[in-house]
Amino acid sequence: MNVRSLPVEQLVEMSAAGDRRATGRLLTIVERGGPDADHITELTHAFSSRARVVGITGAPGAGKSTLVARLIAGLVADGEHPAVLAVDPSSPLTGGAILGDRVRMSEVESVAFIRSVATRGHAGGLALAIPGGTRVLAAAGFDPIVIETVGVGQVEVDITAAADTTVVVVTPGMGDAVQANKAGLLEVADVFVVNKADRPGADDTRRDLELMLELSHVTGQEDATYRPPIMMTNSLDGSGVGAVAAAISAHRLHLVESGMLADRHERRARFEVATRIQARLDITVQEALAGDDSMSLIRAVAAGQVAPTTAALSIFPFSPVL
Amino acid sequence: MSDRHIRVVLAKLGLDGHDRGIKVVARILRDAGMEVIYLGLRQTTDSIVAAAEQEDADVIGLSMHNAGHLTLGPAMLAALREAELDVPVVIGGIVPDADIDELLASGVAAVLGPGAPADEVVTTVRRVVQGE
Repeated sequence: MNVRSLPVEQLVEMSAAGDRRATGRLLTIVERGGPDADHITELTHAFSSRARVVGITGAPGAGKSTLVARLIAGLVADGEHPAVLAVDPSSPLTGGAILGDRVRMSEVESVAFIRSVATRGHAGGLALAIPGGTRVLAAAGFDPIVIETVGVGQVEVDITAAADTTVVVVTPGMGDAVQANKAGLLEVADVFVVNKADRPGADDTRRDLELMLELSHVTGQEDATYRPPIMMTNSLDGSGVGAVAAAISAHRLHLVESGMLADRHERRARFEVATRIQARLDITVQEALAGDDSMSLIRAVAAGQVAPTTAALSIFPFSPVL
Repeated sequence: MSDRHIRVVLAKLGLDGHDRGIKVVARILRDAGMEVIYLGLRQTTDSIVAAAEQEDADVIGLSMHNAGHLTLGPAMLAALREAELDVPVVIGGIVPDADIDELLASGVAAVLGPGAPADEVVTTVRRVVQGE
């Protein structure tokens, strides 16, 4: 039987009954976007906040995939049914991608569900594909769902930050305390992992992160009830990985006990709804720009005859900020 | 359709450490705009079936340099039938001319030899996917 010819209602039923071909197919449709993807979202929306969602992010080569494979193996041993969405970049030139995360996950790929996701080009595509894919996996009975990204670019940071628990993986030699204090990825961490902790400089990296967290206290950014732990790991030999799993569970418990879990779910929902609205606005903006009047205004801006502020207001006369 | 990315699962099946060719093919297909799910060395028919299901692969590419193609090629097809998975298989690598007909007769969709230029690799994969 070729699942590709089946309607999405039937695929959702088969997926819930454990047919992995159907789950794989649904993820493809969700990733592609469009009316069928929206239909799947309507059929599975009750699962929006059902599964635990863990984001794991860090620079390429930090050891995320190997760490994820270890965490997944531990979850399976505990009787859980985990799934992974492993995001890798598409080429901006050709749209192609080499998705290599499964290479590190070969030991768990028959017991867990692992899906490689290319970032693809279009704005908002990934930002909708990930929550959509998370729901498909939750509706298929998977929990927790791990989202692995390289954390480059705002969309990827947003996606990871929209997880219930965000793990940021760093390695020795990533830079000094000044780098750690630059705004960005590190601010969204609920759990820090210093991977390759057997390498020289691991303790320096730990100290820099500690200092950064201390400064959060000085500036009042700190959450008085929770401080992100810094875990030292070697994901190749597995040392420290059990402690990371425990830290993720502890953060989960903190969210539940403090009532902050609902906040995280709302943050995720807001992000997804906002992305959908933005996608529609984008189309409206492109349409507004396509007219002849707009073209002549744009040429006038390029020639230095009209200010871009004037042209923008004239083409698209909304000024909600002013 | 511009959003229609062909998804290719690429693997070395069995005991075979020669992964230079498969890496070249991965790059060729990526640069042709395809999404290559690279499994790498020492895969089993089961691990490839699992990947093809989860990744919703349009085509499976096997790189063979261990003279096992006449055994492992049909074994791969049998595993896919067993899983009721309708995905074409392309074999590349070192396959003697005399074995090509037997592989095609067993159900392998195409065989690409060592001299195959990049555009032949791309057009073969596209043809196999469209002819599914």
